Amino acid sequence: MFFSVASAQHEHTQEADEYENGEKPQKEEFNASEVIIHHVVDDHSWHFWSGHSGTLFLPVIVYSSERGIEAFSSGNFYDEHHNLKAEGYNGYKLEHHKVVLANGASTLDLSITKNVAMLFINAIVLILVFTAVAKGYKKNTGKAPSGIQSFFEPVILFVRDEIVKPNIGPHYEKYFPYLLNLFFFILFGNILGLLPGASNMTGNIAVTLVLAVLTFIITNVNGNRSYWSHIFWTPGVPLPLRIVILPVEIIGIFTKPISLTVRLFVAITAGHIVILSLIALTFIFQSYSVGIASSLVALFINLIEILVAGIQAYVFTLFSSLYIGQATAVHEHDDHH
Amino acid sequence: MELLTPGTGLIIWQLVIFVGLFFLLSKLAWKPIIASLKEREVSIQDALSTAEKARLEIAALKSDNEKLLKAAREERDRILHEAREASNRMKEEAQADAKKAADKIIDEARAAINIEKQAALREVKEQVALFSLEVAEKLLRKSLADDKAQKELVANYVKDIKVN
Repeated sequence: MFFSVASAQHEHTQEADEYENGEKPQKEEFNASEVIIHHVVDDHSWHFWSGHSGTLFLPVIVYSSERGIEAFSSGNFYDEHHNLKAEGYNGYKLEHHKVVLANGASTLDLSITKNVAMLFINAIVLILVFTAVAKGYKKNTGKAPSGIQSFFEPVILFVRDEIVKPNIGPHYEKYFPYLLNLFFFILFGNILGLLPGASNMTGNIAVTLVLAVLTFIITNVNGNRSYWSHIFWTPGVPLPLRIVILPVEIIGIFTKPISLTVRLFVAITAGHIVILSLIALTFIFQSYSVGIASSLVALFINLIEILVAGIQAYVFTLFSSLYIGQATAVHEHDDHH
Repeated sequence: MELLTPGTGLIIWQLVIFVGLFFLLSKLAWKPIIASLKEREVSIQDALSTAEKARLEIAALKSDNEKLLKAAREERDRILHEAREASNRMKEEAQADAKKAADKIIDEARAAINIEKQAALREVKEQVALFSLEVAEKLLRKSLADDKAQKELVANYVKDIKVN
């Protein structure tokens, strides 16, 4: 019931999937920005290719105080030509990728959207990979690492010795599992997001926001006296300046998670937009030479995106470690700033 | 713009999935991995420090051996030296003893000889005195009888004395 695959004829095929096939769009007017945005935002159906059974309709789960929790396939919103039904379905309507009640009452859309599905896939991949790695450690106790274990061990050691330890200090172990989870979640999410047909999960602001907020919570819950005294009564600064610094410091608490959120979201989304734009050039110019050239450049950008996937995972973990390290540093340093 | 507005549903899902994943992987992967890595590092560190300790111990043993050897050599030299001294001393003592004994014997011999000599001299003296007396007696007797005979007798006796 949840995953019904579309058998409807695909009508609004501007978004002929650029990854899978280079088909010419069926309609003459091609709105590149609409296609690109459609590809980087969340959706209730997962579109792979044009035509029959190219679209996976994901389950809609919606809560409203009026009707409680209800679940049904998002395919119900579309007619057999893959057009949104104007009348909606069962009193619900799909507006701007959000399920709303037709009468305008507010709803909580808990649907398994493309990104939620991607979150599950990412989580499953992480669980499979890292339970295998952990099994390697159990099997090779007192021996040299082997297989997938020896592939990930340098990465884990890199996170520990280059990111976490230098920034948090000797009491890093308390935060290390969280930061490992963060690093590999982002890394795998970024790389999975680059796969053809995959959704732009780590380039979604909701996903990065949650990660940043978790770091924010951990930072401020574990913040020690010197951290808070730096914020509210900055030592070593003349009294009038302290009053000026106070709001700046308080704003600073919140700019950290905002910068984390925006950095990852922008880096990944921008990469996707660049690749999609390059591919869109082919459809705008409708020329073989442009197609070949833009494909080559897109390939190059794709390789860079793999690099960016690693860098962004590194940067997010690095800054999280840095913030946690600043808030939990044990030494007193009240003679500067 | 839709791109910039985080969806409530996705936030909830992400929170649930990420936190769930964190607890699951912490238990299944992160903690065992971290513990194993630490354990391995500790065991490597232990092995290294044990090796270093063994190396130091061997060096200490070696120097101990050398010290012992040196002491033994010194002891040997000392014993040899002492033995040599003792033997020398014994030799000297023996020599001194022998000399002393010889001297004593010589002295005793000399004393005995003296005593014998004295005794002999005394006897000779006594004999001489006796002879003299006998001669005197005989002379006296002869002179009393015949002068000529007395003279012969004296001559005879003198010859006898000479013989003696």
